[in-house]
Amino acid sequence: MEKLPHPYEKFLRKDRIPHIWCEGCGNGIILNCFARALEELNIDVDKVVVVSGIGCIGRVSGYTNTDSFHTTHGRPIAFATGVKLANPELKVVVMSGDGDLFAIGGNHFIHAARRNLDIQVICANNFIYGMTGGQSGPTTPFDTWTTTTPYGNIEQAFNLVHLAAACGAVYVARWTTLHTRWLTESIKKALQKEGFSFIEVVSQCPELFGRYNRMETGIKMMQWFKEASEVQHFSDPAKAEITPNHIVVGEFIDIEKPSYGRLLREMKARVEEKK
Amino acid sequence: MTTTSVEKTRVVHSGRRFTSGDIACAEGALAAGCRFFAGYPITPATEIAEHMARRLPEIGGVYIQMEDEIASMAAVIGASYAGVKAMTATSGPGFSLMMENIGLALMTETPCVIVNVMRGGPSTGQPTMPGQQDVMQARWGSHGDYEIIALAPSSVQEMFDLTVGAFNLSEAYRVPVFVLADEIVGHMWERVTIPEAESIKIVNRKKPTVPPGNEFVPFKPEADLVPPMAVFGEGYHFHATGLTHDERGYPRTESAEAQTQLVQRLCDKIRKNKNRIIQVENTMLEDAEVAVVAYGIAARAALSAVRKARATGIKAGLLRPVTLWPFPEEQVAQLSMRVKAIVVPEMNCGQIVREVERAAKQTPVKFLPKLGEEPHKPDEIFDVIGEVQK
Repeated sequence: MEKLPHPYEKFLRKDRIPHIWCEGCGNGIILNCFARALEELNIDVDKVVVVSGIGCIGRVSGYTNTDSFHTTHGRPIAFATGVKLANPELKVVVMSGDGDLFAIGGNHFIHAARRNLDIQVICANNFIYGMTGGQSGPTTPFDTWTTTTPYGNIEQAFNLVHLAAACGAVYVARWTTLHTRWLTESIKKALQKEGFSFIEVVSQCPELFGRYNRMETGIKMMQWFKEASEVQHFSDPAKAEITPNHIVVGEFIDIEKPSYGRLLREMKARVEEKK
Repeated sequence: MTTTSVEKTRVVHSGRRFTSGDIACAEGALAAGCRFFAGYPITPATEIAEHMARRLPEIGGVYIQMEDEIASMAAVIGASYAGVKAMTATSGPGFSLMMENIGLALMTETPCVIVNVMRGGPSTGQPTMPGQQDVMQARWGSHGDYEIIALAPSSVQEMFDLTVGAFNLSEAYRVPVFVLADEIVGHMWERVTIPEAESIKIVNRKKPTVPPGNEFVPFKPEADLVPPMAVFGEGYHFHATGLTHDERGYPRTESAEAQTQLVQRLCDKIRKNKNRIIQVENTMLEDAEVAVVAYGIAARAALSAVRKARATGIKAGLLRPVTLWPFPEEQVAQLSMRVKAIVVPEMNCGQIVREVERAAKQTPVKFLPKLGEEPHKPDEIFDVIGEVQK
């Protein structure tokens, strides 16, 4: 029988497969939703640049069949800033993890959102540093277990959607890897939005976060997502909690505001006129 | 005037000007084709950013003040990969923060220019005072093995000329290039001649010779060891990473062969082209018995000292490395065989003098340190020339 190609195969660098992600990991689901969004929007992939930082999801830029760049740890947004401003025609998508974007790269996130830079940021939030073996990070929930919180986590976790909203993002959503259709729709929306958009994807790392917290398979973690998730569209992002019993998902922000790119174009036109 | 020449006049402010080193540097960058600047305010380099903020929007470029120097350097790499000549300017503390992504630029072979107007360190040090203390940091500051290019201007004119040169070298060799100025050269006002746009030599990166498709191998070097560079948006769908990678740009994190092949080539593309890169200025060295090796602002006092020595009958001369990295080792070695002694004045506790000693082998080398507000006085150097000549 003739083997049919996978409909989204064209979005992948086939010579890079198999990928390095573990069995049960959520990263493949996120990549799949991203590919589906590109397909459904019929975007010119020659003009898409995927930028990632360091970590498990950081390897995603090596798998997408677009121009792509794998930056230093925490710097994908700063790198993307240069790309987007140097060539505004490009669609610049940052895909990275919670540690990369919100610990070491937190400063770049808040300032890119403040500027309303025209980029899309997709964060795979797996609550830990996966690549280095499961250490706690800025989104590790309070009182959970990781390799560096052997007595339980005593730090408070960042609420990423609240942070993004407070910094000025024009589009903010949170889904889990279980919400693939919602997630795809959100990525499509973000790709068409002028300005800084942010999507948090609560993702499973059964190998490291799961095993330390009595959810040692991908299925068990997704069962948690299924049981705990509640869609609360346009609810107060400050109250969008992630706890063992409750994960608030949905679209939180969808507003219009002139982007940095637009304001830069307008400023340049004014300068040009004066000359 | 035709439109093109009007355009060129807007970009290149040709003619004689009285200006500062920092401003001349910014004008040099624009003349070289720089259209992107990302930076963070820092004394004594801020004037470069201020000038770029005003000038770049006039000529279709982009200036952005980033949240820190880490971000500035990352944005510069991004802009360069989007096909635009890009730079940043900083001083010691910012240079330290940039080291991380300077390594990324080295590994991903990104053409870009970093100006460091050196002040007194370590740490916050003396922001408004000169120094030449970052010379070794420029060479070794980022982790891992690499070769880099650094140029040391010693006049406002050279702030213009060498910034143009820095862009040309970075484009030719796909490597970050440093302009290692010092606070005095940066803040000093002097007369500068900015050439006509047509007479300024501009080098642009090599483009891929094949259309998008499977034949293009993004990190496959040509005979000069430099790969042609595709940029984002042209349809090549290439990948670049700070990880050790093969010629396709794909990560090869567990192959000794890939590590050797890549890192050795990154070093060799500078080492094997060093005769094309290195620039030195020789003054009165033909019959010299004592040589001074000095760069940047220290070379100006050294030149006065050499002239005074000649006036008193001492055969002295000056070798001024315009290129600090790669270090003009052979030039110093040859010189050392002809002179009795070498004098090295530097505004630090001894950095380039180590390179001079290494190259000079048996010839005695006398080091003159200087820290703080003032550069060396010509007489301080003259006195030492007199001592070592005996």
